[in-house]
Amino acid sequence: MIKIDNLIKRVGDKVILKGVSLNITKGETVGILGPNGAGKSTLLKVIATLLKPTSGEVTIDGLDLKKDPIKIKSKLGYLPHASLLYDHFTPYENLKFFSKVYYLDNVEERIHKLIDDVGLRLFTHEPVKSFSRGMVQRIAIARSIIHDPEILLLDEPHTGLDQQAIGILNNVVAKLQERDVTTLIVTHDFLQAAKVCDRIVIVRNGRIADDFLLEGQDINLLQKRYQSVVEGDSNAI
Amino acid sequence: MKKYQDIELDYAKGVQPVSTIHKLLTYTTAILFIVLVYMAFIYSPVEKTMGPVQKIFYAHVPSAWIAGVAFLGVFILSIAFLITRKRIYDLYAGISAEIGVVFTTIVLTTGPIWGRSSWNSWWSWEPRLTTTLILWFIYLAYVMIRHMDSPWDKRARLAAVFGIIGFLDVPIVFFAIRWWNTKMHPIVFGEGKDQSGGGLEPEMLATLFVGLGAFTLLYIVLLQKGVMIEKAKIAVQAYKEKLQDKLVR
Amino acid sequence: MLFKGAMALAWKDLYTEWKTKQTISTMLIFAGLVVIVFSFAFDPMNTTVKAIIPGLIWVIIVFAGLLGLNRSFTSEGKNDTIHALIVAPLDPSSIYLGKFISNLVMILIVEIISIPFLFILFDFKFHANLLYFILTIFIGTFGFVSAGTFLAALSSNSRSSEMLLPIILFPISTPILIGAVQATKIQLISPDKFASAISWMQLITAYDLIIFVACFILYEYVQEV
Ligand SMILES: Nc1ncnc2c1ncn2[C@@H]1O[C@H](COP(=O)(O)OP(=O)(O)OP(=O)(O)O)[C@@H](O)[C@H]1O
Ligand SMILES: [Mg+2]
Repeated sequence: MIKIDNLIKRVGDKVILKGVSLNITKGETVGILGPNGAGKSTLLKVIATLLKPTSGEVTIDGLDLKKDPIKIKSKLGYLPHASLLYDHFTPYENLKFFSKVYYLDNVEERIHKLIDDVGLRLFTHEPVKSFSRGMVQRIAIARSIIHDPEILLLDEPHTGLDQQAIGILNNVVAKLQERDVTTLIVTHDFLQAAKVCDRIVIVRNGRIADDFLLEGQDINLLQKRYQSVVEGDSNAI
Repeated sequence: MKKYQDIELDYAKGVQPVSTIHKLLTYTTAILFIVLVYMAFIYSPVEKTMGPVQKIFYAHVPSAWIAGVAFLGVFILSIAFLITRKRIYDLYAGISAEIGVVFTTIVLTTGPIWGRSSWNSWWSWEPRLTTTLILWFIYLAYVMIRHMDSPWDKRARLAAVFGIIGFLDVPIVFFAIRWWNTKMHPIVFGEGKDQSGGGLEPEMLATLFVGLGAFTLLYIVLLQKGVMIEKAKIAVQAYKEKLQDKLVR
Repeated sequence: MLFKGAMALAWKDLYTEWKTKQTISTMLIFAGLVVIVFSFAFDPMNTTVKAIIPGLIWVIIVFAGLLGLNRSFTSEGKNDTIHALIVAPLDPSSIYLGKFISNLVMILIVEIISIPFLFILFDFKFHANLLYFILTIFIGTFGFVSAGTFLAALSSNSRSSEMLLPIILFPISTPILIGAVQATKIQLISPDKFASAISWMQLITAYDLIIFVACFILYEYVQEV
């Protein structure tokens, strides 16, 4: 589904991704872990077409990122740190606008269902600027999946959410897994990573340091391998 | 396909020595300028109506020419950069714009001195001079964009875009100003200031050509020099970072 | 598709404006203040002062317009909503087009309110052909907004974008300023020279076409993150 070949990303004179190669098949849920500043968010941004690769190939669903960006964009859902929502708009207005931007038709029902799913029905017509961080994040999640993406890119989606909201998010991801959606989750939360992911990629210093399958929500294995890769030389960053 | 190919890749070996061609060009330019001074002040005759002030002509016209060449250079190099994303084009475009601004400034100072003696007022809203003024502002804006506080690739991209729009704008500006000028002041000073009275004498023409040659060479020398300095800066920066990287590890 | 996306974006901007009324009200207040400053600087009772009215119209358009243009892209920086537009399957040109339409509409609204207001305050008797007058204002605004929207996107990359925008926009839009002021002046003050007003309008139209097409094509390069 996602094929990355020797991806290098420089910003100015700084090399942030130093040759990343990754092959993700359809339906996988991949957790991306690594210390701060490792380049996880940058990797996600490149896949999300937000940053152009300096060199290397990125192919998504057989389409070249450079040649068919528009087609790829309509398959991607992206949830970064920022909410990407308009403050003056209500959840309904935000979702309505983004459904237009994704050229969707007959969306009324879908918008209301999404707002229900993230548990904010009562706030459907309140402006987002009056929301708490967690409520905003819930709407942001709804925004990122408004167009039924085939690939979902989540950058630290759990931060700022309460237990109930984490449950909602995990539910959303689980539902997508059933539908064979490919999901990439950048996170620092081992527990959640072990819970939802079936493959872990550890990024360190702009390179992929480890890449393994995770079965049975084995958090011990995850911790052990993370420590051996990252904390073995903790002064690397 | 490689994008944003960086200078430091071919400069990994460190700062390269100055090439012989560059040295040769520098000496030739110096000699040509001495010749130009001789021709302007001794060889060519003093103009009858304007007197010695007319000598400024030999600096004014070549400067305007170089400004034009420099900005055309920015335009072409900007397109080249956007297509290939090679940093070298961006460096040349930046230096070319800076040289252009300097020579435009010369045009804008020599112009009024000339104008003072031939039209008895420092500034006239004469189309060529006014267009030069707008040009000066456009490329000053270009230089401002280049000094934006962001990574070089972004700066280069935005500057290139502005370099293209700015250059496309210049002919329209000139046309608008010329038109505006003739509508505002129906009887202007003949066709413009460059026809100095009744045509040029052959000695003056020869001096002018030497001036054009000397200034063109100067432009090339300055361009090379500027790019060399920029490259050296980048190489030093890259070296510094490599060192830091090693120390951290 | 190009227009659908652009219209969605323009509608979004105008709807936000409808809800907050921030930008247009600021632009209108600013326009009013400019008129007042000018009426103190040049005595409105003096009949020769009528000659500055065409220039004044364009001073209002340009400076009030600048306020709106400045906001049009920096407002997308809040919550990084510009990123949402980039990751969406929108053609970059349709983002430019959408922003262009919303800016144009906002400035036109300001013009519709402030120009009659100006005529009243300066006690100006309007004798020109209204249709041509409106056309002149429209094509002049069109050119100014096409360059302005593009350069606002460019300058929004800078930390001091409000300062950068006027510096890069004014030199680029000199042909518009010259042409529009002249065309307006001829129509309002000396309608007998109408033919030359037409040729100025042709010049503005040429500028509009060249700049709009160039910006439309080049916008893609401004938007890369
Ligand atoms: N626009 C930029 N300009 C310069 N450097 C940048 C830019 N964006 C990111 N970086 C650098 O790139 C490196 C990787 O950043 P990135 O945001 O991808 O890290 P991360 O793995 O997501 O970290 P975190 O866990 O803190 O989110 C950092 O060292 C950062 O300083
Ligand atoms: Mg991050």
